[in-house]
Amino acid sequence: MNLNLSVGLTSYLLVGAMLFSLGLFGVFAKKNIIAVLMSLELMLNAVNINFVAFNRFVWNQQLNGSALLTGQVAALFVIVLAAAEVAVGLALVITIYRTRKSTSVDEFNWLKW
Amino acid sequence: MAGTVVFFIFAIVAVSAAWGVVTSRNIVHSALFLALSFAGVAVLYILMNAEFLAAVQLLIYCGAVAIMVVFAVMLTLRGDVEESSGETKKWLPGAISAVLVFVIVALVILTNQEWRILPSAWLGGGGATDISFLMFSRYMIPFEAAAILLTIALVGAVILAKGVKESK
Repeated sequence: MNLNLSVGLTSYLLVGAMLFSLGLFGVFAKKNIIAVLMSLELMLNAVNINFVAFNRFVWNQQLNGSALLTGQVAALFVIVLAAAEVAVGLALVITIYRTRKSTSVDEFNWLKW
Repeated sequence: MAGTVVFFIFAIVAVSAAWGVVTSRNIVHSALFLALSFAGVAVLYILMNAEFLAAVQLLIYCGAVAIMVVFAVMLTLRGDVEESSGETKKWLPGAISAVLVFVIVALVILTNQEWRILPSAWLGGGGATDISFLMFSRYMIPFEAAAILLTIALVGAVILAKGVKESK
């Protein structure tokens, strides 16, 4: 019995690609701007999965030392950026809502009339 | 073996919850699906020996980001919540390009022989001690920059959401 069912790098990367594509679809297709921001968070999360997966599987084989966790530190910085981005983004949404009384991206067309 | 079962359960949870985020027409359901998807990803982090990152994921994404999204929904919602998050008229090009991106990336992943790596023994910790050591030595300057960025984002978010008073 030579069946190896261990989960390798490929599986994690595929999960990341699926999450990224779903987020990309959401950014293109959703009408509510808060849903667009949520899809952006999904995409950032997919990138984080890739960072951690490459760190776990590739980096792990190539060196062992104090720099072994570089990918995880990069993922941590991405999380910090995502938190800042969602805070500023939602504040912008609230500001826009105050003037336009809407959160639909179809109505955010100040530059044309 | 147990790791494989756990991986597939939570990978399916994460991906199907993400599907729920982008297809649900009720934006509150979208926000709850988002929290579920983040929790599934946190389990994947644990499977990849990134315990500290899994804890951070649960705290920041499931805790803070999901709640902040729900607050923003509460502050801006008008009309019927059941129809609060539809698709735009041009959703089809978006769907096509998203599928195209997925197919291309999946082809690259599946055909690259160098990436067919099965887990080897993990050598490098992953707890808070190891990560903070790296952050305070090699990544000191990015760490400080992230602190400044967070402060600016905090102040900016407060100013934006509160509204600047018109000066005469």
